[in-house]
Amino acid sequence: MLAKYEHLKQAYARVRDERQDPFNVHFEKISSPTQGIVNGRPVLLLGTNNYLGLTFDASCVAKATEALRLEGTGTTGSRTANGTYSGHKMLEQKIADFFGRAAAMLFTTGYQANLGMLTALAGREDHLLLDADSHASIYDGARLSEASVTRFRHNDPDDLFRRLRILADLPGDKLIVVEGIYSMLGDIAPLKEIAAVKRETGAYLLVDEAHSLGVLGEHGRGLAEQAGVENDVDFIVGTFSKSLGSIGGFCVSDMPDFDVLRLASRAYMFTASLPPSVTASVTQALEVLVAKPGLRSDLERNAARLYDGLAKAGFLLGPTVSPIVSIRFDSPEIAVVFWNKLLALGIYANLALPPATPGRQSLLRSSVSAAHTSAEIEFAIKTITTVGIELGVVQHAREAFLPAAQ
Amino acid sequence: MADDERVISRIIDVIRTLEGMTPDVLAKVTPQTNIVRDLNLDSIAVMDFILELEVKFNTVISLDIVAGIETIGDLARVLEPQSAQVTQ
Repeated sequence: MLAKYEHLKQAYARVRDERQDPFNVHFEKISSPTQGIVNGRPVLLLGTNNYLGLTFDASCVAKATEALRLEGTGTTGSRTANGTYSGHKMLEQKIADFFGRAAAMLFTTGYQANLGMLTALAGREDHLLLDADSHASIYDGARLSEASVTRFRHNDPDDLFRRLRILADLPGDKLIVVEGIYSMLGDIAPLKEIAAVKRETGAYLLVDEAHSLGVLGEHGRGLAEQAGVENDVDFIVGTFSKSLGSIGGFCVSDMPDFDVLRLASRAYMFTASLPPSVTASVTQALEVLVAKPGLRSDLERNAARLYDGLAKAGFLLGPTVSPIVSIRFDSPEIAVVFWNKLLALGIYANLALPPATPGRQSLLRSSVSAAHTSAEIEFAIKTITTVGIELGVVQHAREAFLPAAQ
Repeated sequence: MADDERVISRIIDVIRTLEGMTPDVLAKVTPQTNIVRDLNLDSIAVMDFILELEVKFNTVISLDIVAGIETIGDLARVLEPQSAQVTQ
């Protein structure tokens, strides 16, 4: 039965160190948003998408604890079958208000939000136009929909326009799907130009702000806010599992009759809803996001420091400064050795290997948090640079750019 | 040159730009060439290859059609001028 995965098994065996499996790291303890214990030793968490560091926020923990005590551990079913809790209603109102939208729908994970929205929005006659570097949840949602699906070149509004022009005379709605920040290289969609294409062609636009909610925009509303095109975005999808420190997904929209999707979206209807402790902590995390804009400046400063430090050391990085800082390698073998050495030296980052990466590159992916201290960022730059020199990834030590040892 | 030969010649121009293609592989491309096995492309590389062909031929091929393409001949059939523009 599982023989068809033999190639996967062999590829997996090649990346597993005898001591450590990059895709199944066991944290014996998580001590803070930036520190954990692996193999009995402290590690700096540099690959957890905990952008605002809210997983240990005292007010979020208190609200979650209170909800847990008052309403129990779970809802034990979907909202369609088991009903809606006050926490669901409150969070939907909160997230809709945050984005200035008429309506919101919650999903149990970010993955399900894309799955649930794309399958419900795009019907048999319709056309989905996906950025080629879209997340797996977008591809899976597109595949499950009955729509015709086409990929356009990553971040290329001209290719998108060309395709929409070819499809113009066909019946059905056209829905463009892009992400705010792309998760592998941290690059950002040219949303202003994409919105212009959308306006010119009469298509609809869905933006997945999973990695940009709380990160981009003056108020943290993501790339659409930063690019000044919120009015052009028909659907914003996102997750509570990154900047808001919990789990769950959502979609907000001004579309009339949006609520009908509660009866059409199978990923909404046929899965258990978010438990009260989660809706409570996320509702509170949104309060914190609004009340503490300083978290975004801390995040921006840390991201720029890590990106600049690694760029000056000579690493080949993604094209944009963002909280996702990825080092690009020529070969997966070097990336695997690099990742293992870093973990042994006390840094946990993400290893991303082809084919799941743009351009089949091998990546050491870091994600920065507002909660990282300056000392932690300096430690990361110094340690990554030291390993880079040792493995010949960067050619020589450029002491001027190396921060002092901790 | 017949239309189908012209299409295959333009497909080969795109194959030439793919990473890791050798003159030896290029010389053996025929309508029977299996894209995954003979060109040694993984599933995502196939999708990227077809995306580039869509740009070159100024057409759109939906992913469900892509899923049914196995050989260069299959590809040529959906890219031929009479079927190009939109293959749904």
